[in-house]
Amino acid sequence: MDLLEYQGKQLFARHGLEVSSGKAVTNIEDAVAAATEVGYPVVVKAQVLIGGRGKAGGVKLAADEEQARTHASNMLGMDIHGHTVRKLWIEHASDIATEYYASVLLDRSAKQPLLMFSTEGGMDIEEVAEKTPEKLIRHHVDALAGLSREEAVKIATDGGADADVIEGVADALVALYEVWIQEDATLAEINPLIVTPERKVKALDAKVSLDGNALYRHPENQGLSDVENEDPIERRAKEQGVQYVALDGDIGILGNGAGLVMSTLDVVAQAGGRPANFLDAGGGSDAAKVKQAVELILSNESVKAVLFNIFGGITRCDEVAKGLIAAFEDLGAGGKSIPFVVRLDGTNDVEGRRLLEDAALPNVHAARTMNEAAERVVALARGDAS
Amino acid sequence: MAVLIDNDTRLAVAGITGREGSFHTLGNRRYGTNVVGGVTPGKGGQDVEGIPVFDSWADAARETQPNTAMIFVPPRFAADAILEAAAAGVELVIAITEGIPAHDELRVYNTLKRDFPGTRLIGPNCPGILSPGKANVGIIPASFFKEGNVGVVSRSGTLTYQIGNEIAQAGFGNSSIVGIGGDPVPGSSFVDIIELFEADEQTELIVLSGEIGGSAEEEAADYIAEHVSKPVVAYIAGFTAPAGKQMGHAGAIVSGSSGTAAAKAQALEAKGVRVGRTPTEVAELAVQILRG
Repeated sequence: MDLLEYQGKQLFARHGLEVSSGKAVTNIEDAVAAATEVGYPVVVKAQVLIGGRGKAGGVKLAADEEQARTHASNMLGMDIHGHTVRKLWIEHASDIATEYYASVLLDRSAKQPLLMFSTEGGMDIEEVAEKTPEKLIRHHVDALAGLSREEAVKIATDGGADADVIEGVADALVALYEVWIQEDATLAEINPLIVTPERKVKALDAKVSLDGNALYRHPENQGLSDVENEDPIERRAKEQGVQYVALDGDIGILGNGAGLVMSTLDVVAQAGGRPANFLDAGGGSDAAKVKQAVELILSNESVKAVLFNIFGGITRCDEVAKGLIAAFEDLGAGGKSIPFVVRLDGTNDVEGRRLLEDAALPNVHAARTMNEAAERVVALARGDAS
Repeated sequence: MAVLIDNDTRLAVAGITGREGSFHTLGNRRYGTNVVGGVTPGKGGQDVEGIPVFDSWADAARETQPNTAMIFVPPRFAADAILEAAAAGVELVIAITEGIPAHDELRVYNTLKRDFPGTRLIGPNCPGILSPGKANVGIIPASFFKEGNVGVVSRSGTLTYQIGNEIAQAGFGNSSIVGIGGDPVPGSSFVDIIELFEADEQTELIVLSGEIGGSAEEEAADYIAEHVSKPVVAYIAGFTAPAGKQMGHAGAIVSGSSGTAAAKAQALEAKGVRVGRTPTEVAELAVQILRG
């Protein structure tokens, strides 16, 4: 679960990291009021979950009310690489002497937390890693022992932080690691971590991802994430406990098991089609869950044809067939104009296929293999006669 | 021979009294797996169709000497259940539970490494292991598979059934099918399992089924080039997955430019591993090699 900058900063502040005070707003009047409250000059920052917003005009300095108003009205509703700006963060502008970089992430290969520090702040860190790797300190933290202050001081020193802010940088690293551990984050990044002319160390930006599987331990974090910018069907699926990812094509996909669904998307793409979604109905889904999943898929108006690809292990093919039949009964004629291709294999497949055959649903086509099913659904989505 | 589980397996199950736990435990027993006990705190002294239930892994270990543990408890209890089984001396722990926090998995992985190096963890978020004709531990539908010489290691359950079933329809069977799970910090990697298949006399061909996220497939490619004499064929799912989106499995996510399916397929092919474009093509490649 990715957090907006201001949400990340709120987490940072909770763990003692220095951040500028500010306000999140959603309209121009509130933006101006917030600017007056935090005091000019202010920075108006678009809150979107995508990089490169500075270059796209999503970060602007305002010296007075007129400028704050202009920037807020320009930014609200602006599109930044496909993300609509609905929220602004207004904070008092910071004076910057130096820019550093710091992050903690989960190194899946080493199976340890990885703390990174660089004096090359404000840059694309992947670029720093590639072009000047000597300027990026990569330090694996012992997941069981945690990060000691001595370790943090050494990282700041080895990384080349200015001598008079070693202590301040070490404090920031310790606090950042605490954010990572205590909030169950998978990523906590500060770019830039600035040093002010008064030699204070401060987080000027925040990029935080939290582990959705650990949210039960953090009820206070459950309302975070960029709810307004979520795909509405993804949001509804999440509420229903269904694994759904919106894609930009026109072929609805339902399968069981994440790997098989990913593979189904690939096979459909290879057959020349464009999947509209990823939907994992999960292991052991019953008819009710399948029916619910069909409704989710069809609520996407781009969908022109739907592919069911089921290999039943603990999922029973007869239950899948019943769910599809029930969905057709409830959906009425509107839903029936969309063709379905259904491939059922595995547990109770014979029974499942017989149920579908007996129901003689209009526009439902049986396919025996995954490849055949993919080709069929691509042809149907194109409007080729079946 | 098979790997990890066989006729010598003595299985005990954490969460045996739960609905899923009892259902699959009894399924495993019907298959022929020797199920010796179960653990549910507070339910010691009860039994599940004759399988004795204990309050703790220490009790279960003392009374029934299991060498394999299966974990079926909910996510928030799973990490401690795994470590408790390891502390009781169980050598192989197979964790089926999906949804364990990544930080718990980090703690488990590093604690096992430091304190219980004799215990191997498979999973979490995996379908378990099947050694056809010998034992089944987990939720793999055994009826699709028969005994044979193909070893399968996979991050995904249903995809394994899809590929395995196509190989079975061509008349070939499996030595063992090992699901290592779809989470970001699995207890065992492709490399760990491929090493076992390479040493296993029954296994003549290895199928690796990977997906987006992390770099376990790339590491497997390097290992195969250096250490594996048996033929390996591979499949990678998620070529069409958009970056930054978690595709069902917690570990299936392309982060920035790393963890893509294309990079994994290239890494494997660069080391001479044949990668099928579809599950059917992987099965065909495998069958081609098996028929010589």
